[in-house]
Amino acid sequence: MAVVEVRELVKHYDGGRVHAIDGVDLSAGDGEYLVLLGPSGCGKTTLLRTLAGLEVPTSGDVLIGGRVVTRLPPRARKIAMVFQSYALYPHKTVFANIIFPLRAQGVPPEERHRKVRWAAELLDIGPLLGRKPRQLSGGERQRVALARALVREPQVFLLDEPLSNLDAKLRASARDELKRFQAEIGTTTIYVTHDQVEAMGLGDRIVVLAAGKVRQVGPPVEVYDDPADTFVATFIGSPPMNLVTREGRLVGFRPEHLLPVEDVRSPDRVSVPLAVDRIEYLSGDRHVYGVASRIGEETRVVARLPATVDTPIAAGETHDFAVDARRLRFFDAETGLRAEPVRLEG
Amino acid sequence: MATRLADRAGLLAWLFLLPSVLYIVALVAVPFALAIAFALSDVSAGDPSYDYVGGRNFERVFDDPVFWRSLGNTFVFTGISMVLIVVLGKVLANILVADFRGKWLVRFLVLLPWTTPVALSSISWLWLLDSIYSPIDWVLRFFGFLGPGENLYWLGQPGLAMTSVIAVHVWRLTPLAAVIMMAGLVAIPRDIEEQAMVDGAGYWRRMFEIKIPLVLPVAAVAALFGAVFTFTDMAVVRVLTRGGPNDATQVLASWAFYRGIEGGDVGQGAAIALFLFPLLLAAAIAILRVVRRIEVW
Ligand SMILES: Nc1ncnc2c1ncn2[C@@H]1O[C@H](COP(=O)(O)OP(=O)(O)OP(=O)(O)O)[C@@H](O)[C@H]1O
Ligand SMILES: [Mg+2]
Repeated sequence: MAVVEVRELVKHYDGGRVHAIDGVDLSAGDGEYLVLLGPSGCGKTTLLRTLAGLEVPTSGDVLIGGRVVTRLPPRARKIAMVFQSYALYPHKTVFANIIFPLRAQGVPPEERHRKVRWAAELLDIGPLLGRKPRQLSGGERQRVALARALVREPQVFLLDEPLSNLDAKLRASARDELKRFQAEIGTTTIYVTHDQVEAMGLGDRIVVLAAGKVRQVGPPVEVYDDPADTFVATFIGSPPMNLVTREGRLVGFRPEHLLPVEDVRSPDRVSVPLAVDRIEYLSGDRHVYGVASRIGEETRVVARLPATVDTPIAAGETHDFAVDARRLRFFDAETGLRAEPVRLEG
Repeated sequence: MATRLADRAGLLAWLFLLPSVLYIVALVAVPFALAIAFALSDVSAGDPSYDYVGGRNFERVFDDPVFWRSLGNTFVFTGISMVLIVVLGKVLANILVADFRGKWLVRFLVLLPWTTPVALSSISWLWLLDSIYSPIDWVLRFFGFLGPGENLYWLGQPGLAMTSVIAVHVWRLTPLAAVIMMAGLVAIPRDIEEQAMVDGAGYWRRMFEIKIPLVLPVAAVAALFGAVFTFTDMAVVRVLTRGGPNDATQVLASWAFYRGIEGGDVGQGAAIALFLFPLLLAAAIAILRVVRRIEVW
């Protein structure tokens, strides 16, 4: 059953001049971890705020637990939201912060205390309960914000880029923690990020948004391997998918599938002569930049060679590369949408 | 390499502080020293020669029942005014930040008392509170609260006179308080308020548990400033009642003025005014402490 659903949601700002959300249909199932991914300004926060009830949509409906809540205020929705800034109440202690939603809901006192202790233990913030938010580190603040969301036992967690304030190292561990935590609690979670690594790592399904529209919804593998259009293909993956124009179509292939010809075992391969101009070493991989020919019009592409491929390659020479034909993806050159595959000989 | 003036932080600090130091010495320290000197002398308008008389002025002031009456009035005036100013200021601040049709007109009206020159507004108030032609009395009469030909004599009866003075003072200061508290309200991050909404808090809980505590430091500073201002202010008293009837609205500042300047007994006037000093010092220390608390958040 869908716990959260939006139907033909539209949100315009400034009397219709800004189309922040432009007709979005989505649903998140019970216990699902749904990630909203998209570039800055594509409407992720607006969508989340509409789910939370902080924005009233221009048209369309929001359903939570099967009930239409479009016009209901946030407090009537049984949702918990963690803001990007964590929005801890600065004048309250950690304890008072966590217990606040329970008091607001009129939970009896013994029960409140029991729940705060439970959440504090789960997130390992027991020793911090007496502190004020300003006395906490970024990671600790995040855990307090999560604890405050958690004690309410909401139907849905809404998280808006909760990791973006953390440094790279803390981010990785916090991401891991979030995933374990959600697996343990099993609450439906909608998570907003513009970081594809976070999205791929956390999501059961990823929703790729651009300019207020959904471009693709699917599990990480599918979004990565079978992008619905050139936007998704180039937005996800780093370096992004190579696109080469050929006879009114775009031929796409991921950098890790463009390998020296002797490393492509498949008999059904398409050869790509590559005029190498630059090589980068990045965490063990070799990123080889060059101009590809024969597969289509001459285009600058990238190949990502894993450490296990030790074929000698030097800048300035043209080397024979190839792509397994099953790895090729085709897009319409006009619309950018996925197109029927064609056989390329080579 | 030669150090330039701009590199010498210590010297620069002194240079920049100099104007304010001069200002404080000329307009605070000198009058303060003069006040002490006068309070210990028998200088008067009729006999400006300086003769040291020790604490005699203070003894005479303390023996004067009007002094004690003024002191009591000052506390009543300041206390009640401040409570009303803070409460009304907060309410008006909420109106100022609210988003509704016609908010510009309301904002204009809220700020009007603050922008009206005292000379102008006091004439209106004198008319509003006039003993015979008071429009307030007309209205009361119209609704039957007053009999025909009856008048309340707003400024002629002790209780009503104090009420009038407080009302006008509150009317005068509330816009400023509202603007200061509006600044405090606007400074609350939107996230925090929205978080409280998502957490399920209703309007009153958000008001009393989130917004008021967060504007409290700003409000406290505003209230203390207002208290100091009110404590030493005599403008409304002077315009409306001149301390009357029968000293019912006499406050320390006006009493010092009538004694020292109008009555010509400079020594006593200075002694009365000096009595304010320890109270104001305490208020100033309180302000500084509150400001420090804000920084700690
Ligand atoms: N209150 C508003 N008034 C007018 N336009 C707005 C408002 N809020 C958002 N927008 C516009 O709507 C669009 C979507 O904004 P939104 O905040 O949802 O983006 P986002 O995907 O969360 O971006 P980011 O990753 O940078 O946080 C943007 O173009 C933004 O300028
Ligand atoms: Mg955002």
